[in-house]
Amino acid sequence: MVKKTIHEINARIRDGSVNVVTAEEMVNIVGELGPEGASREVDVVTTGTFGAMCSSGVWFNFGHSEPPIKMQKVWMNDVEAYTGVAAVDAYMGATQLSESQGMDYGGAHVIEDLLRGKSVDVHAISHGTDCYPRKVLDTSLSLDDMNQAIMINPRNAYQKYNAATNSSKQTIHTYMGSLLPRLGNVTYSGAGVLSPLSNDPEYLTIGTGTRIFLGGAQGYIVGQGTQHASAGMFGTLMVQGDLKKMSPDYIRAANFTGYGTSLYVGMGIPIPVLDERIAQATAVRDADITTSILDYSVPSRDRPVLRKVTYEELRSGHVELEGREVATSSLSSFKRARAIASELRDWISRGDFFVSMPVERLPGNTSSHAMKETEGVSFVSDIMSVSVVTIEKDASVYKAAKIIMETAFNHLPVVSKDNVLVGIVTAWDISKAVSQNKFDLVEDIMTRKVITARGDEQVAVVARRLDQHGVSALPVVNGGNHVVGIITSDDISKLFARRH
Amino acid sequence: MKIKINISSETVVKPIIAESILETGVLLNVSQAHFDRSHGEIVADVMEEHYEKMYKALSSRGARVTRLDSPIEWNEEECVECSACISVCPTRVFSLEEDYSLKVDKAKCIQCGTCVEMCPQRALTLINNK
Ligand code: SF4
Ligand code: SF4
Repeated sequence: MVKKTIHEINARIRDGSVNVVTAEEMVNIVGELGPEGASREVDVVTTGTFGAMCSSGVWFNFGHSEPPIKMQKVWMNDVEAYTGVAAVDAYMGATQLSESQGMDYGGAHVIEDLLRGKSVDVHAISHGTDCYPRKVLDTSLSLDDMNQAIMINPRNAYQKYNAATNSSKQTIHTYMGSLLPRLGNVTYSGAGVLSPLSNDPEYLTIGTGTRIFLGGAQGYIVGQGTQHASAGMFGTLMVQGDLKKMSPDYIRAANFTGYGTSLYVGMGIPIPVLDERIAQATAVRDADITTSILDYSVPSRDRPVLRKVTYEELRSGHVELEGREVATSSLSSFKRARAIASELRDWISRGDFFVSMPVERLPGNTSSHAMKETEGVSFVSDIMSVSVVTIEKDASVYKAAKIIMETAFNHLPVVSKDNVLVGIVTAWDISKAVSQNKFDLVEDIMTRKVITARGDEQVAVVARRLDQHGVSALPVVNGGNHVVGIITSDDISKLFARRH
Repeated sequence: MKIKINISSETVVKPIIAESILETGVLLNVSQAHFDRSHGEIVADVMEEHYEKMYKALSSRGARVTRLDSPIEWNEEECVECSACISVCPTRVFSLEEDYSLKVDKAKCIQCGTCVEMCPQRALTLINNK
């Protein structure tokens, strides 16, 4: 039995005799020497990861102005930071979006701009008090001008993360990147063999107070991250570090089309090899880490799992899905994860970084539950109108016009003889046909690609569909594509109006 | 060479491609086409020496024709080598080297623009992607 203490390892770091390897190198060492031999041989294993971590941000302290202001709302380059804590402190979140540039610029970009030495425009407003009389403030500040710029990321370094694909007929844009239609690609995140928490899944050495590599500087683990769900191997970490000491090589703003901004964060965690159990854990390979491929076309918390997969398969460039080879791509950089694990290894070998034991272990066996919703969820069938008037496809345009006039419905679903939905005509289509002197059949002027809804879908999901397609009503169909109702943006607005 | 033909909603119903082919006698090899209610977009191959003729025929019928002669541009400074672009490119322009650096084989690019949307760093641009 090998037993080492943190003090022994730190003494070796001090005298230069420490043996540090990366988690990738450790796989072979344990393979050759076994866990016992490896734990005798190796003192520290370094991990690394470089991925988009939305749950990131920085606490700024701006210093006091003259006369002073109690910043109640503050914007940096037009991106709002969170205030409501003392007078001149604010937290800039990575995914907060610019009020003028929308999805193209966000909190992550403010952080990267500051890191690159640029100044940002700070605008603050206040109601004014006896002690803080000022009501408006405008200035321009660089990182050097801040008293503190402390990165605090509430949820980082997921132990592992789901892979994503899309079974629908359209490309969707998500925080997992663009997902092509009909299972066109699979995206995933995480560094597999180098992933910090996968190398210490029992949190023997990773916990509150552990010293880490964060963004190119020394940082610390604050404790469990939000949504830490250790029971399902979905542990997360809350981390902190000094932004002023970080480097834009390891902290980068990202921009996911249709989703918004996020922050690429580079993190490395050293694992002191105190005994063979820890040595064994750090021998984890891509093939040992499994995750699930989820269908992100289902806009729900419970996305269907298409299959289980290992990181080895994901990293190979393709996986098999429903009998086909589907291309995979990572959203995190393995090259940079490797660079981080090596840099941390070098820091330790050179005596610039000492390892630490946690002052408190991370909780094991926690799970994260879904939100309790007290308002009750509305389904399409609750608010759709069932008295829907349809028209047959071989009816005349004149007849359609007449129905629209009589019923005041703006949308007529078009059906075949056996009542199956085949198209839709709107008052607009009819006016257009009339203005062009076309009085033929409804079939000739209808839109054939009808966007529909089902009765058991949630209203919130269908509201988004209306928005996406820029239409104002959807026929509601059953499994046989028969029209059973219609839902309009008016019905939805009324529902939301009732609630406010 | 490749060209992109954009057609507005008024002309989308007219057989302008067929008419242009008949008028010029030049063959077009359509590699991609996309239509919706508001407009149509076609990517096609045409021989360099026939481009002018085809350009005139299509333009006179209301289409907007652009030459697609610049493949994808990759800004290495911006790229973080996340490799997200790999899985969306239909012609496998992107791959990873042994050391996990991104490799970009521009010659294979058909300028579809899919990777431009995928890249979280805005490190990929297509001049003709407007
Ligand atoms: S998606 Fe963009 S940042 Fe990622 S590897 Fe490709 S070019 Fe680089
Ligand atoms: S534009 Fe299309 S073909 Fe060219 S590199 Fe991007 S995805 Fe590949």
